Amino acid sequence: MTDSFDVIVIGAGPAGMAAACSAASNGARTLLLDENAGPGGQIYRAIAASPFKSGRILGHAYWVGENWINRLKRSGAEHRPRTTVWSLRATGDGVEIGTLGDGVAQILKARQAIVATGAMERPMPVPGWTLPGVMTVGAAQTLLKSSAMVPQGEAVLAGTGPLLYLFARQLIAAGAPPALVLDTTPRANRLRALAHLPSFIASRYFFKGIGLLAAVSRRAPVVRDVTSLAIEGAERAMAIRWRTDAGWQERGCDLVLLHQGVVPNIDLWSSAGCRAAWNDGQACWHAEIDSWGQSSEAGILVAGDGAGIGGAEVAAIRGVLAGLQTAHLCGRIDAGSRDLQARAAFQALARLLRGRDFIDAAFLAPRWSRIPEAETLVCRCEEATMGDLVAAVRDGAGGPASLKTFSRCGMGPCQGRQCGLVVTEALAAALGRPPAEIGHFRSRPPVRPIPLGALAAIPATDEEIGSVVRL
Amino acid sequence: MFRRLPEDGRPVIRLSVDGQGIEARRGDSVAAALLAAGIVPSRTTPASEAPRAPYCMMGVCFDCLVEIDGMGSQQACLVRVREGMKVATQRGARRLVPV
Repeated sequence: MTDSFDVIVIGAGPAGMAAACSAASNGARTLLLDENAGPGGQIYRAIAASPFKSGRILGHAYWVGENWINRLKRSGAEHRPRTTVWSLRATGDGVEIGTLGDGVAQILKARQAIVATGAMERPMPVPGWTLPGVMTVGAAQTLLKSSAMVPQGEAVLAGTGPLLYLFARQLIAAGAPPALVLDTTPRANRLRALAHLPSFIASRYFFKGIGLLAAVSRRAPVVRDVTSLAIEGAERAMAIRWRTDAGWQERGCDLVLLHQGVVPNIDLWSSAGCRAAWNDGQACWHAEIDSWGQSSEAGILVAGDGAGIGGAEVAAIRGVLAGLQTAHLCGRIDAGSRDLQARAAFQALARLLRGRDFIDAAFLAPRWSRIPEAETLVCRCEEATMGDLVAAVRDGAGGPASLKTFSRCGMGPCQGRQCGLVVTEALAAALGRPPAEIGHFRSRPPVRPIPLGALAAIPATDEEIGSVVRL
Repeated sequence: MFRRLPEDGRPVIRLSVDGQGIEARRGDSVAAALLAAGIVPSRTTPASEAPRAPYCMMGVCFDCLVEIDGMGSQQACLVRVREGMKVATQRGARRLVPV
């Protein structure tokens, strides 16, 4: 096992697998790193070791991921699973990547890195969101995919976005229909989305969407136009209250599953200095990249939902393009060959992006569930509330860094992943400045926990030791 | 909170949580095993001893922290169950393992 490669791809979801295949098949010495035991990322979680023999419950959109697994196996790329990446740095001469696998830390070198670390669910700070028994829809879907587990008792799904209904349908197919679906998609979105309707109808997403809604509504009660939510309970979630035009209603429950879209995981690439830009339409950060995925740091490309949300198929195409570009930058293929191979990818991309504007506009999470009320926790780790944030602003906090100092918000083990977007938007609202100006928490390595012992055991040169200790 | 579907034919793995034996399946994360066994809450917070359980199941929330084989603050959703594993729920801040 060598530690020097042409291209290192980080993340084995659709973008990462496609990038590794594309780079390797064009002659680049390629390594694919992933923290999970098997490839697939979140969307194709556990696909190579599924507890299911039949494709019935999870459906076609999941099982289609097997194609990428097979291509990865044949690609010639080395795949190193169960390997966490805790740092990424462009050296001007290539990249250095800190990894941790089986308790051993290493610094790997490559000429190019492709960051394909994907997305996470947008935090949904409603009262009671930190109670045991409250999870994300994605979490419950992971339990289904990896462990063939379904909710027991009364499960309530709440939020907005296609995943809410996709998962509801999977639960129905598994014989565990949700007790209730609370749809928070704002009425106002419908008007905004209308402008994009023609391209949506012409897209592949249209018929999928209509069928999904109907299938779920037949088997589970759906309440739409929900304008507020609160989860009640002491030791765990026991009940959920919701508000519509008809007023507040309440229902007992055993599990609440929240979802309001997905947002890019910016931690690794932003810790490497790659610039982020605020995307108003999606209310989140995305990577500043060119059409190949080249970031603002030479040596680092970003592909897939980790760069900007586009869905799995778009992610795979962007992975292909990044792989091609890195193979070219490593001198394995010339620009002509790269452009020839890329042509089909760019055409497919244009087709797939048609209709995304509609989905983005239609399902943008409402402000009331992006910026919470006073008593609701913003920072899950340090238990700072929205009230604490407002008090800090009153005391002079002018951005995420000073807010952190005043309130500990963002200082917990999740390193601001769960509170980051809320902080940016809440500060923007409180200070009357745009989110782009407010910025985000500064992400620094290690971006994953690493034991001090593992760090200390990384072999160091005499020069490195001499810079700290008199030899 | 969660139940297993009959479709699941994976072999059983036995581990203990706070001294009590539980059964999981090969390939389960520790977090999945805890949820299937109904061990909720699985930790209390350092800040206020508030009860917590897994939230994101993908390693970005750090609410599933447990002690595994003596090492604290392990993300249960990122660790696979192993035969004979000793898991302890984590109350408050992690205990540092003596060197």
